[in-house]
Amino acid sequence: MIARLLLLALIIALAVLLSLTVGAAAVPAAEVVRALLGDTDATTRTIVLELRLPRAVLAVLAGGALALAGCVFQALLRNPLAEPYVLGVAGGAAVGAVGAVVLGLAALAPAAVPIAALAGAAAAIVLVLGIALRTGDALDTRVLLLAGVVVGAFFNAVILLLLTLADVESFRSAVFWMMGSVASASWRAVALLALYLVPVTAVLVALARPLNAIAVGEETAHHLGVPVERVKLLGYFLASLAVAASVAACGVIGFIGLIVPHALRLLWGADHRLLLPASVLAGGGFLLLADTAARTVAAPAELPVGVITALIGVPLFVALLRRRPA
Amino acid sequence: MNESRARPGAPLPEAGAGAAQLAAEDVAFRYPGSAALALDGVTLQVPRGSLCAVIGPNGSGKSTLARILVGRLRPVRGRALFEGRPPAAWPRRELARRIGVVTQSEETVFPLTVRALVAMGRYPHLAPFSAESAADRNAIAAALDACHVAHLAERGMAQLSGGERQRARIARALAQDAATLVLDEPTAALDIAHEMAIFELLVRLRRERGVTVLLVTHNLNLAARYADQLLLLDAGRAVAAGVAADVVTRERIERSYHWPVNVFPHAGPGRDAGAPQVTPLARIPELDPKPEPDPHA
Repeated sequence: MIARLLLLALIIALAVLLSLTVGAAAVPAAEVVRALLGDTDATTRTIVLELRLPRAVLAVLAGGALALAGCVFQALLRNPLAEPYVLGVAGGAAVGAVGAVVLGLAALAPAAVPIAALAGAAAAIVLVLGIALRTGDALDTRVLLLAGVVVGAFFNAVILLLLTLADVESFRSAVFWMMGSVASASWRAVALLALYLVPVTAVLVALARPLNAIAVGEETAHHLGVPVERVKLLGYFLASLAVAASVAACGVIGFIGLIVPHALRLLWGADHRLLLPASVLAGGGFLLLADTAARTVAAPAELPVGVITALIGVPLFVALLRRRPA
Repeated sequence: MNESRARPGAPLPEAGAGAAQLAAEDVAFRYPGSAALALDGVTLQVPRGSLCAVIGPNGSGKSTLARILVGRLRPVRGRALFEGRPPAAWPRRELARRIGVVTQSEETVFPLTVRALVAMGRYPHLAPFSAESAADRNAIAAALDACHVAHLAERGMAQLSGGERQRARIARALAQDAATLVLDEPTAALDIAHEMAIFELLVRLRRERGVTVLLVTHNLNLAARYADQLLLLDAGRAVAAGVAADVVTRERIERSYHWPVNVFPHAGPGRDAGAPQVTPLARIPELDPKPEPDPHA
């Protein structure tokens, strides 16, 4: 287990190194190392430390958070189709962000977009968990899924309404936001996200054993002594927070949260003691590599990173699915 | 049993030797939104170290009774007692160290390996961040052995047959190191060899480790042969309780199941020779493979 996690950490380290070398100005690996040690000219330093490194760290954080949240939702909902946005968090965040763009707040203060996205995501969490808590059994899986779908659909309608009212420039930037990107990375954004994600990730990873039990069945988990209701509430809430943070920082990056946990399950099995930390590392590494590809393959143009995650991820996943033993 | 097991702070009332391990006193239950009582005035005492079988037609309240006894449901009237205290009065982890429960079915969306599934049984013994100790690993290995699934330990649950999967789930309950087992139809959908293996395992656990077993089952014949006492439920009421000879009679079975049966003593060989055995009869004579006059006519 440790060996597998170290392998993933090594892949992330190599991916970071790769992402620091490639781009509009190629910086050789040796120069990158020197820049990291603070021993190089100012231009290279700026490129490596102020432009590329925060972007790489942001990608690792956001990818890790999305894959982790997807994994937690899949276990709690016992549904392989669950993904980070299944409870409407992305819809809420998008309403906030698109609203900020269309209403012109974004032009006044760039920080308005992530703040509005976070507020929208929080509203979605409160709405969906509130509906599920008030209906029948505490956090019934089916009610929660339906609440997520319905609230998501409502937010989508609001987004379409806002986009209809938008001028061409706002429309374009709103749509780009919704496609997701880590291009706006800064050390401040990274620090804020890390401050928020690290404790959330730690608690979620510590829930591995109860999640194993709940994935088998809530009744079984109850009989094993798992405080099922508390674990569910904590899991849904913290995973939603992680998604909200990632969406506020990077927009809606699809696919990672669905596919990374599945790929790891196919490779290494469904035990959450390995699966949760592995999802964080693999999700982070995957988004970083995808982002590196997104900003290099069609340079100087930059592709939406969500396009790359799907274009690389789908064939990879299909290949894994085919080699799975019956 | 586990020496380090902490007893809950409060002294246990009436938990002396010979006390009932599981008991129901005039228990009634109604599912929310349902007009009828699912259970109505059921009383049951399962002495320590005995095997009790709960039988009855579909929907007669067998699973509901099992859920009340293990504290999953709370009765609307009467009370359930485990070792002298209502299940709800036990801390959940403490209860899980003392009762292993095998429910009717489980999800298999994200199948674990057999070993990981059985290791889950150690959950109530583990502190949140601690790794498995040697004692935990021994308990897991012993449970895998007792249920004859040690050779399948690294296989995924999805790759097992129904009988193997059921044995793995019972192994998980054993790994809990619980002195009481409650099983809801553990042999449903199993062939006779797998079914017999599970009944013999339960009898062996009772005999060798003094485990108390409460078993919900549709197999009247094996229940009559192996259980120390039976409880026959019908529409939420206990219509018969006691040893097989008193419960599994033609009159009682016919009245509860609404089907003609014959009941003959088990021919043996074995110590359970003489146990009543139920054979359902044909109700449409022309469909009977060997037409005979209706013995009850």
